[in-house]
Amino acid sequence: MTEPLLSVDNLRTYFSTEEGIVRAVDGISFDLAPGERRGVVGESGSGKSVTAMSIMGLIEPPAGEIVTGEILFRGQNLLSLGEDEMQDIRGGQIAMIFQDPMTALNPVYTVGDQLVETIVLHQDVSKTEAREIAIQALDDVQIPNAKEKLFDYPHQFSGGMRQRVMIAMGLSCNPELLIADEPTTALDVTTQAQIMDLMLQLADDRGTAVLLITHDLGVVAGFCDTVQVMYAGGIVEAGTADDIFYNPQHPYTWGLLGSMARLDAVQQDRLHSIAGTPPSVIDLPPGCRFRPRCAFATDICGRILPQLREAGNEGQTVACHHADEMDLKTLAVDSSDRIVKQDEVVS
Amino acid sequence: MSDDRHMMDGPEDGPIVVTSEEHAVDLLEAEGMGVEPVTQWDLFSTRLRRHRLAMIATFFLIFLLVLVLVAPVMQNAGWIDPPTKSLVDGEGRILRNIAPRGASDNVFYSEFVDGVETQVSASSTALWFGSDDLGRSVFSRVIFGGRASLTVGLVAGLMVAALGTIVGSLAGYYPGGVDQSLMRFTDLVLGLPLLPVAIVVGRILPELSFLPSWLTSGAMGIALLLGFLSWGGLARIVRAEFLSLREKEFVEAARAAGASDRRIVFRHILPNAMSPIIVQTTLIIGTAIIVEAALSFLGFGVRPPTPTWGAMVAEGGRLAVRGYWWGLVFPGFALVSTVLAINFLGDGLRDALDPTQTIERK
Amino acid sequence: MSDTVEEVQVDPSQLPDDIIMRVNHLVKEFPISKGVFFKKQVGAVQAVSDISFEIREGETLGLVGESGCGKSTTARTVLRLLEPTAGDVYFRSKERGVVNVATADRRVLNDIREEIQIVFQDPYASLNPRMTVASIIAEPMTVHDEGNKQSRLDRVKELLKVVGLSPEHANRYPHEFSGGQRQRIGIARALALRPTFMVLDEPVSALDVSIQAQVLNLLDDLQEEFGLTYLFIAHDLSVVRHISDRVAVMYLGKMVELADRDALYDRPMHPYTHALLSAVPIPDPTIEHQRERILLEGDIPHPSNPPSGCRFHTRCPVAQEGKCDVDEPEFRELEPDHWVACHFPEIKQVVV
Repeated sequence: MTEPLLSVDNLRTYFSTEEGIVRAVDGISFDLAPGERRGVVGESGSGKSVTAMSIMGLIEPPAGEIVTGEILFRGQNLLSLGEDEMQDIRGGQIAMIFQDPMTALNPVYTVGDQLVETIVLHQDVSKTEAREIAIQALDDVQIPNAKEKLFDYPHQFSGGMRQRVMIAMGLSCNPELLIADEPTTALDVTTQAQIMDLMLQLADDRGTAVLLITHDLGVVAGFCDTVQVMYAGGIVEAGTADDIFYNPQHPYTWGLLGSMARLDAVQQDRLHSIAGTPPSVIDLPPGCRFRPRCAFATDICGRILPQLREAGNEGQTVACHHADEMDLKTLAVDSSDRIVKQDEVVS
Repeated sequence: MSDDRHMMDGPEDGPIVVTSEEHAVDLLEAEGMGVEPVTQWDLFSTRLRRHRLAMIATFFLIFLLVLVLVAPVMQNAGWIDPPTKSLVDGEGRILRNIAPRGASDNVFYSEFVDGVETQVSASSTALWFGSDDLGRSVFSRVIFGGRASLTVGLVAGLMVAALGTIVGSLAGYYPGGVDQSLMRFTDLVLGLPLLPVAIVVGRILPELSFLPSWLTSGAMGIALLLGFLSWGGLARIVRAEFLSLREKEFVEAARAAGASDRRIVFRHILPNAMSPIIVQTTLIIGTAIIVEAALSFLGFGVRPPTPTWGAMVAEGGRLAVRGYWWGLVFPGFALVSTVLAINFLGDGLRDALDPTQTIERK
Repeated sequence: MSDTVEEVQVDPSQLPDDIIMRVNHLVKEFPISKGVFFKKQVGAVQAVSDISFEIREGETLGLVGESGCGKSTTARTVLRLLEPTAGDVYFRSKERGVVNVATADRRVLNDIREEIQIVFQDPYASLNPRMTVASIIAEPMTVHDEGNKQSRLDRVKELLKVVGLSPEHANRYPHEFSGGQRQRIGIARALALRPTFMVLDEPVSALDVSIQAQVLNLLDDLQEEFGLTYLFIAHDLSVVRHISDRVAVMYLGKMVELADRDALYDRPMHPYTHALLSAVPIPDPTIEHQRERILLEGDIPHPSNPPSGCRFHTRCPVAQEGKCDVDEPEFRELEPDHWVACHFPEIKQVVV
């Protein structure tokens, strides 16, 4: 096994608010191999974006704080670095693109200025060389007339074009890791297809590892090699894309997949929905966080928080006390939308 | 639609009682969700009561208001001296610039004429704050001066709230011609420089003998003038608020339900625009009090000998140079603390009017 | 305006029994004006440009398209929340017979509002933050002066149960609820006057996936229980496939394709529909890796200056010069109940 590019170990990121401590990320661990494309999937409040912010060193005290954990990037603990060193890594070896390409670009500078600034900051080149690199970068993300577009301001670009600029900016310094936080959520579906296609091509060509944070399982299916599913600050299941989509072991993963309306589904009468709402990460229930919404919860689930362990396929991990005992293929949904075992359905 | 009138406590049509035998069929965290009805007013006052500074400010302002309202009564009862009359000793000499004395100590020595000390007595309250250059009780002048300041603040504030809200709502709710003409008029009013206009009008007003005297020489005239000159900012704020609220989906929902314009404005838009209106109004009240003080300071405000804090500060400043500090400190303190209290109250009101601010449910 | 539809010599205000609404040559333009003192109209955003369609009693018509295609404007114009620039909207009212909503006077419109209701996209903006849930849901009844306080409150409690909330929630304020629960409150409000027709404007777009499923299932149940007709606006083609009986696709203010659900997804004919469907990701790695995407060039043109001829020709992979950029394609019924506006329609399987 190769040395992981990124290794997150027992990361806990908390925020203090008036209502109490928000345990946004609460003890997650995962590895990312060089060139691996990993999907981080979850609903709002699951902690997926905070995971990305923590890796990027963008958690600002005193509101937010990384309480424990290690984030090793090529063997170096990012959490022990000072702000200056972190700045070198940010935008250099690790790049990030955001959900909203409008707010991520400064409206009072031209796109060229912002690109050149990033490049000069991270590479030992002159301004003229940086401009050449910038034009090449815009060319790479298929922006027509890259040379002239350098002098345009962000508002002169459409949403899709702005996201291309963000990708160009992110990739201009040839990072080893690209973190994409909901990169297509604000875009229309045809534009999303263009952007995902572009990202796939570029990541493939350059061997860039990608951490794709999204709520859209469809986007993950087309793009990612591996997937981790997050729920209320923890990882509930992780494995290859095939493991997660074809052999889910956690009831939440199963419910999430079943609750999606699918373009190719011919006859679905009702969607499987997961009753209830995710818990507030301020008042986490003791034990398993999914317990209040889970039809299989037993006594132990209310007492002990399950840890990730191997279940299902080789290398697949799941945080559920009953993963081995449950046959998810026999699950069904009753008339009040609760997930139950098939023989319990009252029709 | 009779309940259109209730703006602040709008949501309730009457007490709603949830019978306890109603079985909660809810799958979504039913436990603990049943609560007694709480009106917007309840929420507002609970939140305000939690705001300590605002509560202190409120008590201070209420105390001040009562004090200035009953000032004439107290004067008639002989508890305080008339603000425009000089204090004299037994021999009819004016007690100028006497330093403040303790309340129990009602025997005073004044060193005013030729440095000869004369033993005089005066009522206990008369010299709490000392006396001024003309021998008038600073204490009673501060109280009576508050009448002018608070009149100016409240009348100007109410006028701004009314004019600004009406003009702003109309402009914001009826885009096009109405909006255009109202906003151009607003720009015109905003373009008038406050102090020069106030000075000129303050000069002319007393000459207009056909107007009643309460309008030409008292605080009321200044108040109305300041009110008329200051509503433009609020009108703009209210207009912007209306423009954004009228596009909100809950307003569309009301329209889709068939609600009339009147109902949409009074029940759906205005209650959600109350926060900036109230906050802006408190700021205007503070500003008006200060501007009145400035005008009186410059000699264009309320006619002497009627006391106002501004005029007292002006006069007191002159005397303070000679060491008679009390003529400056007491009215100055009254002015600053009143404006501060109003601003603290505005702060508290803004927080209390935020509908999403959580409060503890019992 | 197109004169081809007129050849069918029927009075558009005569609705057949199974049609609840007919939208006829609907146009909605937003003027663009300039100037500080004297506003001058310098152009218009053509949000909806001459669209016609029918909605059948008891069905769900899905209306899909990307941002700026005019689908939400269509919904609001149909409800007269926006004044139509031209065109008619005939609606079969239970009380008043067939009514042209587009030209109805205030009084008639007020009656119609009891029968047509709308559910909005943003569960945070669609509920007045200063009203309790009870008064929000009762608002339509209060406006129409239905019943007394007690009967309205009883109805509110009933409605809360219908949408899966507890009657005990009545006295709470909107911010105390999650997005999904707020959307249920919005649905309860829409149901208050027992409407027959509901416009659902992206009702689940702002919700998390597992909550989306709850709300979609609820909408399904309500339709069955109360015999409602839905006009379902969405940009998510997967959701639309799940809930709709027929689906209409809009592009830049025009309707480009309208067909039965299965026909549209299995045998789409318009090149834009092809691109749209092929772009939607499917949560299945094997399928995703095998699928061919039709990637469109460039961006959607601005509706203030739409392209000549077929509005899609600037991005269309099959457009032919001299034809598509000149002639506007007619909206034709190429197969029974399958309408397409394209000079070169072609059945193409793009979903799987």
